[in-house]
Amino acid sequence: MALHFELVTPARLVRSDDVHMVVVPGSEGEFGVLEGHAPFMSTIRDGALKVYKTDGGQPEEIRITGGFAEVGASGLTVLAEHVEG
Amino acid sequence: MASLKELKGRINSVKSTQKITKAKQMVAAAKLRKAQAAAEAARPYASRLAEVMASLASKITVSENSPKLLAGTGSDQVHLLVVANSDKGLAGAFNSNIVKAALTTARELEAAGKTVLFFLVGKKGRAVIRRNYPKAVLQMFDTTDVREPGYAEAERIADELVTLYEQGKFDVAHLFFSTFRNALTQEPTQQQIIPVPAPKAVVADTGAVVEYEPDEEEILAALLPRYLRTQLFGALLENNASEQGASMTAMDNATRNAGELINALTIQYNRSRQAAITTELIEIIAGAEAL
Repeated sequence: MALHFELVTPARLVRSDDVHMVVVPGSEGEFGVLEGHAPFMSTIRDGALKVYKTDGGQPEEIRITGGFAEVGASGLTVLAEHVEG
Repeated sequence: MASLKELKGRINSVKSTQKITKAKQMVAAAKLRKAQAAAEAARPYASRLAEVMASLASKITVSENSPKLLAGTGSDQVHLLVVANSDKGLAGAFNSNIVKAALTTARELEAAGKTVLFFLVGKKGRAVIRRNYPKAVLQMFDTTDVREPGYAEAERIADELVTLYEQGKFDVAHLFFSTFRNALTQEPTQQQIIPVPAPKAVVADTGAVVEYEPDEEEILAALLPRYLRTQLFGALLENNASEQGASMTAMDNATRNAGELINALTIQYNRSRQAAITTELIEIIAGAEAL
C-alpha cells in the first residue's frame, strides 16, 4: 500500500522510496498521487512537492524547478532540472 | 660526446619532467573516478527523459505546426558543428581526435555544397579550427572559469544554441564529443542534436491509456529544450571522463618514457665518468713512468 516515488535531476537520483502520497504542483493545477493512480503525464510549474510519508502525517516539502511528472505502473517519477535542499 | 656537466643537467631536467607527468597522472586517475561516477549518476534522468520523449514522439505526427526544434526549419543548407573540447592539454590525442572528426565532417558537408559553421566549447581546438575555417566560427563558449562541466554549463550552451537556431543562423546542428569506453579508449562521436532526432521507442507500449496534461504537443514542446540540455550535459560528462582517461594513459606513457630516458642517460653518464677517470689514471701512470 505504498506509492513508489522517484525524484531525478540531471546530476543524480535524489530520492527513491515508498511513500503514502505526493502532491504535485502540475501546470494545470495541483494533483495528488496515491498508489494505483492511472497512467498520467504532466508538466510541473516551479513550486514545492509535498511528500506525505504516512496518511495524515506532516508533509515534507521539496522545492523544484523545471519539472515533469510521470505516473506509470512503477509509481511516480518526477524529473526536475533543479532541486532545492 | 656530451660533457659530464651537460649529461647531469639533462638527467635532472628529465627527472623534473617525470615528476610533472607522474603528478598529472595521479590527478587524472582521481578525477577519472569522480567523472565516471558523475556520468553514471546522470544516466537515470537521461534514460527516463528519452523514454518519455519516445512515447510522446510516437503519439504525434510531425507537421508544419510541430515545434521547430523537432520538425526542423525545412531546409538543411547551413550546418552548425558544435565541437566540445577541454581547456587543458596533457591528454594525448584527446582533443585532436575530436577536432579531426569535426573537420572531416566539415569537409564532407562542404563537398556536398552545404555551408558549415562552428560553435566551439572549450579552449583547445580553437586554433586548429580557426586556421582551417577562419570565417566559419560562429561563437565560442568559454569554460575556463569552471572546474568541472555541470548542468549549468549545458543549460547555457543549449540556450545559446536555441537562440541562434531561432534567429535562423543554422538549420542543422551536430555535436562532436568523445565517448568514454574505458581509460584506454575514447571514441570521437558525432551526434545530431538539432532538429532533435526522435528517440526510438524502446519500451513496449503497456497498453494503458496515458492521460496528458496539458496535451501531448505542449508537453513535447516543453520537453524538447530540456532534452537538448540533457544531451549536451551527457556529452560534457562523457567528454570529461574521456579527457581524464586519455590524460591518465598519456601521462602513464610519458612517465614510463621518462624513466627509460633517465636510465639510458645515467648509464651514459657513468660510462663517461669512468672513461674520464681511466684517462686521468693513464696520464698519471704514463707521467710517473717517464720520470
